[in-house]
Amino acid sequence: MLASILTALVFLTATTLILSLLLIIAEKWILNYGPCTIDVNNGQKVIDIQGGSSLLNSLSENEIFIPSACGGRGSCAYCKVKVTQGGGPLSPIEEPYLSEQEIKDNVRLSCQVKVREDIKIQIPDELFNARLFKAVTASKKMLTYDIMELGFDLVEPDEIEFTAGQYIQLESREYKGADSVIRAYSISSLPSEKKKIELIMRRVPEGICTTWAFDHLKEGQEVSLSGPYGDFKLQDTDAPAIFIAGGSGMAPIWSILRHMHEKNINKKSYYFFSGRIYDDLFFTDELFGLEKKLSDFKYVPCLTREPEHSSWKGERGRIPEILPRYIPDAQEYEAYLCGSSALIEACCSKLSELGLKDEKMYFDKFE
Amino acid sequence: MEPNIDSGFLSATLLIFLSAAFTNNILLARFLGMCSVLGVSKKVDTSMGLGVAVIFVTTATSGINYIVYNYLLIPLELEYLRLITFIVIIASFVQLVEMIVERVSLVLYNALGIFLPLITVNCAILGVSLFMIGQPYSFLEALSFGAGSGFGWFLAIMLIGGIREKINENALPKGLAGPGITLIIIGIMALAFVGFSGMISI
Ligand SMILES: Cc1cc2nc3c(=O)[nH]c(=O)nc-3n(C[C@H](O)[C@H](O)[C@H](O)COP(=O)(O)OP(=O)(O)OC[C@H]3O[C@@H](n4cnc5c(N)ncnc54)[C@H](O)[C@@H]3O)c2cc1C
Repeated sequence: MLASILTALVFLTATTLILSLLLIIAEKWILNYGPCTIDVNNGQKVIDIQGGSSLLNSLSENEIFIPSACGGRGSCAYCKVKVTQGGGPLSPIEEPYLSEQEIKDNVRLSCQVKVREDIKIQIPDELFNARLFKAVTASKKMLTYDIMELGFDLVEPDEIEFTAGQYIQLESREYKGADSVIRAYSISSLPSEKKKIELIMRRVPEGICTTWAFDHLKEGQEVSLSGPYGDFKLQDTDAPAIFIAGGSGMAPIWSILRHMHEKNINKKSYYFFSGRIYDDLFFTDELFGLEKKLSDFKYVPCLTREPEHSSWKGERGRIPEILPRYIPDAQEYEAYLCGSSALIEACCSKLSELGLKDEKMYFDKFE
Repeated sequence: MEPNIDSGFLSATLLIFLSAAFTNNILLARFLGMCSVLGVSKKVDTSMGLGVAVIFVTTATSGINYIVYNYLLIPLELEYLRLITFIVIIASFVQLVEMIVERVSLVLYNALGIFLPLITVNCAILGVSLFMIGQPYSFLEALSFGAGSGFGWFLAIMLIGGIREKINENALPKGLAGPGITLIIIGIMALAFVGFSGMISI
């Protein structure tokens, strides 16, 4: 009896052990690609690594942070890079996320490309500047019933260089029932305030990262974030500007407008901000205050659901309906749009109707 | 049936293959490996990928498990450990194959690679090994049984994939779309396959 139990135990242990050993050896031996190099932007930086991990991970181990929100599962499609040599064939996981043009241009999802040989990639210059930061939560301030301002003091590195309009990626911590995730948030603070970062975050019901930030994140708690990313920024032209935002889409524009004031950038500009009711508005006094501080700036908050008999004296209705009254001809303008894709799409098509050229529309879609 | 020597040997092996593929179709007669079918059979080419991978893995694991069962488990009187042993062997084998395919051919890896992990948890593979040891097969017959079962599964998922591609455009009642209609299709096909039963017996 005892003997048969023992044989069984020995047999099971031996089989699993032998099989695991076999697999480990096989992995070392079969999947050993040896040392490989990653050439970034034609020799701008050459990285030596051990082949076998994903391009995304190999790059981030070497301090090049490609934006990524899904943790390398191939489902967010943020981590696109151009692989000009050595990326291997396109995998079926990548295909659905790439347009025909992107496939022609050798764009790949860097989390799905394994480094198996020497590889050459092209990334936007700005990604060279992205860093991983340790920061401490300095403040949480409710701006409306569902929007808060989040302040972080940078710890390591303790300063950030960015352009007004760019965003960072914040990593949430695990809390009950939710994994750690990475989400993008536009920076609302000023580029001149190098030692801190402020964000404007809207609560998304059931949202993983926002629930963490609103309900679990405590002042004084350490967080990690990376950035800056993105090419949403004020263009260096004399053209007058139309800013359009809704909800937390305020963030990059709040940074851009105050940056214009700080740097004395003179541009005729309008800012249309969309809310449902009066309680959705925030920074209202400050924005009307900017009308006096900037050379030619007008703030136009538009409310879509404000009760008819309330004391609200401003615009009522959707931005696309209100736009033509302020700007009957938009040909000369540039437009900066930020917020939900529904808002952006509706406004873009109106702006086209009003004569604004497609290539003069700059936007950051939040979802 | 009484196979005569020589040609009988061949025809017995062939018969085992055919009966495993048709009369005892692992999917349509024994209803194993259903979850991967529901998940993957939306298109013919993915069905093909998974089907081919299954043929390969059932054949190879039948062979390995045959040897392990007859030359290790039986002598050690550990037959009752067959379930867990087979599971571990299948899982490791699939991993190993995945690595080899990745190294040898990236194109094949991209075509099959994503299906291999699915196979680890495919009960049809385990089922084939368990049915196989229930019969007094020789090693070659075991291989043939594995290949036949795999081929039967391949055939079934290809047919289902083809039908699903065809009805993809059709207006289905909302509640039926997806797994609902697929299960009904599988049911009707299973009826058709009942027609084969009795043709050959193993
Ligand atoms: C470039 C960029 C900049 C961004 N800047 C900001 C910013 O400054 N402030 C800010 O608050 N957010 C910003 N976002 C959106 C932010 O990254 C998250 O998507 C959002 O906070 C939801 O994350 P979550 O983890 O809480 O929700 P998730 O758990 O990811 O989502 C939960 C559900 O909500 C839906 N959902 C996702 N995002 C939104 C949304 N924005 N509105 C409504 N429903 C949504 C999803 O489809 C999902 O079904 C930005 C996004 C991008 C791409």
